[in-house]
Amino acid sequence: MRTGASRKTKSWRGTGIPDRPVSRVITTQLPILLVVVPLIAAPLMVLVRHGASAWVLAVAVSWTALAVAGGLFVQIADGSLLSYWIGSWPPPWGIEYRVDIVSAFLAVLVSLIAAVVIVYSRESVRSEVPQDRHYLFYTMYALCLAGLLGITVTGDAFNLFVFLEISSLASYVLIALGRDRRGLMAAYQYLIMGTIGATCYVIGVALLYLETGTLNLADMAQRLPAVSGERPVLAALAFITVGISLKLALFPLHLWLPNAYAYAPSVVTAFLAATATKVSVYVLLRYYFTVFGGSAVFERLPMTEILLALSLAAMFVASVIAIFQNNLKRLFAYSSVAQIGYITLGVSFDTMTGLTAGIVHLFNHALTKGALFLLLGGIALRLGEVRLDAIGGIGRALPLTSFGIVIGGLSLIGVPATVGFVSKWYLVLAALERGEWWIAFAVVGSSMLAVAYVWRFVEAAYFREPVGPVRNLKEPPASMLVPAWLLVLACVYFGIDTSLTLGGAGAAAHDLLQVQK
Amino acid sequence: MTLFSHYSYWITIFLAIAGVYIVIARSNLVKKLIGLSIFQTSVYLMYIAPGKLIGGTAPIVSPDFQVYSNPLPHVLILTAIVVGVATLALGLALVVRIKDAYGSIEEDEILARDRDT
Repeated sequence: MRTGASRKTKSWRGTGIPDRPVSRVITTQLPILLVVVPLIAAPLMVLVRHGASAWVLAVAVSWTALAVAGGLFVQIADGSLLSYWIGSWPPPWGIEYRVDIVSAFLAVLVSLIAAVVIVYSRESVRSEVPQDRHYLFYTMYALCLAGLLGITVTGDAFNLFVFLEISSLASYVLIALGRDRRGLMAAYQYLIMGTIGATCYVIGVALLYLETGTLNLADMAQRLPAVSGERPVLAALAFITVGISLKLALFPLHLWLPNAYAYAPSVVTAFLAATATKVSVYVLLRYYFTVFGGSAVFERLPMTEILLALSLAAMFVASVIAIFQNNLKRLFAYSSVAQIGYITLGVSFDTMTGLTAGIVHLFNHALTKGALFLLLGGIALRLGEVRLDAIGGIGRALPLTSFGIVIGGLSLIGVPATVGFVSKWYLVLAALERGEWWIAFAVVGSSMLAVAYVWRFVEAAYFREPVGPVRNLKEPPASMLVPAWLLVLACVYFGIDTSLTLGGAGAAAHDLLQVQK
Repeated sequence: MTLFSHYSYWITIFLAIAGVYIVIARSNLVKKLIGLSIFQTSVYLMYIAPGKLIGGTAPIVSPDFQVYSNPLPHVLILTAIVVGVATLALGLALVVRIKDAYGSIEEDEILARDRDT
């Protein structure tokens, strides 16, 4: 073993002391299927050039991906590690796909959201995307899914960059596909910032490659403690942090997010809000804990303090901005920035409880925001807009949709019996564990701000008389309500029965911290 | 003179900073994309230059040669170039549609028009 430290190895080479069974499953093709299925479906959709057929294909692909991700999760649930060698080239020379509990957890989350959102998308896309572009919409959806799932399973730094760009390029197109011309400018701005972020990431990878001579993340983690030059590693950490933070919209690098979410088609907003930023958080976790975890760079840079300060700033500044929004999609977009702050806050604690809180909130927030944006899409379908001053009295016209949004809002606030409570409870526990009372108060205090912006919806929906077009509205079709309410019910279910989410998050946190300690 | 022997790094850093500066300082959407491409190009150089060894040959096993250049960065950058081309193409396509929708490709004019409506 290269390091000589007491760090346990997860090596596929069998050097050192293996701490768990490494099942080398080359016959089982699940990890590659997760990526290949949507990747092959995308060009097929372009070839058929037909919206409805493309949608059927997209449903099939999303559900297959969910089944594959579920299969992977079951396989690694016992704590083992799947290593898939592309083309049978052994790592670190070949590209390795490496599925552990963290990546399987994310793969299940992404494919679950994709499977729910795609069912919903048919009606919504029909009303928000011009007819001749429907098949392109589903093509981009499949590509985006392939990229996001690829990020979760790959064990190669450069392969990760390629998947990051596949998902990003697809999401730029998705955002620009709506009828609102402001979506074009939002997509352009996201393209500029996203590309700068991705390029910063590649610079970081270049420095790591020059120092370690490897692109395999696990191999890199083993070699890092032994490298001579410290400054390039510090620079790599800085570049990767900035690059990925741009992608995950860490305050103050979130500027692309509100417009992109507000002016994209509703389906795209729901899908991206629930998956894209979460996968970027995964990349950050992967680098901070798996790659850099064993080396001493964190003692050289006040990373936890920086992350803590930015998270707190996000929780407060973004929440305050959210209170003053008129467009509901923009309001919840700023709320997303604040909620990402909670996730990174949990990560910055660098403890078992903190990391568990961060990962469980990653899952919980995906459910909550997915539900909220899907329900808003229902309002957009019926009313054509989601401005607060246009939806007065909508609680009476669309009772199911409005009530769902209220439950989602309660989850954002962190009311007991919703998923938001579970995450915040653990965040507060983690803060108290470190003896930092003021952070616990900050978490509660920023929840009060969430009360304020959720109340703005409640006030508009229930305490105003329905006027004009609102009076004659009907609930959105069942194909939209059912998927949205599935996520709403999941918000409540996982708020009461936390064994699956907390169990998964806890195992993931344990796995990540194991490398470090 | 290590300062000059590492000249490829200086070119890389200059290109990167120039590229990002153009993205920030220019209001013209096409010029921003040019800046973005320059920034990406600097990274290509950053990968390829260290892979070259002076006097090194292509990595073909032969008793006549002892020093080989590293081919992996070239392959990586081939992929990165494809990504860069795709990004540039998509960016330009967006600019074409922005020009159709707004009649302008100056960022400040477009934002002003959105504010008016």
